[in-house]
Amino acid sequence: MTASTVEDTTRREASRRVGFSISAKQAWGLLFVAPYMAVFVLFVVFPVSYSFWLARDPQLYVELAKDPIFLRTAINTLVFLLVAINVKMVLALFLSGFFTHPRWWVKITAALFVLPWAVPSIPTILSIRFMLNPEWGVINQLIFKLTMDDGPNWLNDPTLAMALSMVVHIWKSLPFWTLILLAGRLAIPQEIYEAASVDGAGAWHRFRYITWPSISMLYVTCTLLSMLFTLGDFNSVYLLTGGGPADLTHVLATLGIRYLRLDQLNMAMASIVCAMPFVLPLVFFMMKRLSR
Amino acid sequence: MTRGRLMRNVSTEAGLLLIGIPVLLWTLIPLYHMFLFAISPKDAAFSGQLWPTNPTLRNFEMVFGQKHHFLYNFWQQMLNSVLISVGTAIVTLVVATAAAFSISRLRLKGGRLVMNLALFTYFIPAAFLAVPMYKTMGIYGLLNSDWSLVLAMVTVASPYAIWILRQASDKLPVELDEAAIIDGASPLQLFRMVYLPLMVPSLIAVGTYALLLAWNEYLYAFLLLSKDTAITLPVALGNFLAADDSPWELLMTAGFIYALPPAAIYYAFRKYMSSGLTAGAVKG
Repeated sequence: MTASTVEDTTRREASRRVGFSISAKQAWGLLFVAPYMAVFVLFVVFPVSYSFWLARDPQLYVELAKDPIFLRTAINTLVFLLVAINVKMVLALFLSGFFTHPRWWVKITAALFVLPWAVPSIPTILSIRFMLNPEWGVINQLIFKLTMDDGPNWLNDPTLAMALSMVVHIWKSLPFWTLILLAGRLAIPQEIYEAASVDGAGAWHRFRYITWPSISMLYVTCTLLSMLFTLGDFNSVYLLTGGGPADLTHVLATLGIRYLRLDQLNMAMASIVCAMPFVLPLVFFMMKRLSR
Repeated sequence: MTRGRLMRNVSTEAGLLLIGIPVLLWTLIPLYHMFLFAISPKDAAFSGQLWPTNPTLRNFEMVFGQKHHFLYNFWQQMLNSVLISVGTAIVTLVVATAAAFSISRLRLKGGRLVMNLALFTYFIPAAFLAVPMYKTMGIYGLLNSDWSLVLAMVTVASPYAIWILRQASDKLPVELDEAAIIDGASPLQLFRMVYLPLMVPSLIAVGTYALLLAWNEYLYAFLLLSKDTAITLPVALGNFLAADDSPWELLMTAGFIYALPPAAIYYAFRKYMSSGLTAGAVKG
């Protein structure tokens, strides 16, 4: 911080000496950054401002609050965030420890484990959806073979359907966070562990006193970032339940699209604008953390 | 090796297997289920067997031959996916590399602000930007054109790309630039002859990231494209859902085919991906 301030001052003095025109280097700098700024203005600034403008009428929010589906969606989103993110991050933390073990078969498992993340959502989520089909799905066939009873109609029960959307979300995004936490663990110098082992520290003590203090900040950052990504996850819910049964399993990400399909553009914008007081502080906090 | 140590090793190994096997099953069952459907005859697919009695390639033949009314535009849709992902990768690379060069090597005034704007975009939940983006593309008259999806994907991909590239280029020594400038290189020559060659590994990571992002995208594709000949394959597969008599075995086969390229690309560039993409995150 101080170094760059000093540098800035010297540069400012240097340019003052040359004159008031911006230096050639800065002109080139602007030219190189121009394509990104064009993308940013055209496809972020304009759409976001436009959506705030469309959603400016206070009456929209009254209407939104009266829509029982909106209220249900808000609760679903909250539960989704709280449960899915915590389960996912704790699993990722645990599995990242598993993947540090140097075994040939653990390496192969790690390579395969990435597949759900690398492969497109649509075929895999539809595959899971099909496994859950009450008549022909493999899961209910198995239940029938074992108990001679019909299994539940998984996606017809809003609570089960919501829970299964979370399972799908975790299936899809667990590999990414596991890899990030694994990278964090591998960055810890091995000698510390060796020294601790010599002193007779067991696995739990090594985790408690070496691993956790080293990666707890990373863990918190990942959890917050995962919160923003999870809010933006449309596929897990839409492809599994389509928001059904009876629009009871929507989350904010699918609700906007629902209004859009009902040709209620202003409501779609308003439902997203509603989330902004919660999203923006988190976004600014993350920017602060990661731009250092 | 003492007996106690042997016992301890055996129990560690057993403990690891006890985690590893469920992890593998959890990862692979949905993928295997998809593959099983692809190689099963239509009615056998629903029998719940672990391996079909008569495995067949007929589904692949049906898909490749476009022999079902759901699949009449299979190759066109595949081509759309290829063009859009390659287009996204190229445009993202151009935009993000230039921006990272400007911020990191030319030390653009306000570079920090640009970086923050990029991070802001990266952190806005993707589905939240989708509705305004749809409306905007309509205003720009781009709906149903490949460009709408390419530009939307570039918007989503470039912030992370810039962030990763900037971190990589900050690590390059300043002396290189100084030497080139003393030799009389212009910023453009510096970019082409010094910067780009040194950034190749990061460029591969970022290009792969953008390519896979666009290839795997569903929501933006589903909103921005609607004509049967303009949509990408995931949207076409999603449209299967609307019908009552969906040919599931063909859906799974087409999905399996669609899932192969990203898996292959990921494994081919795995080295670059993991070092390039996790480098940024570990810092936090």
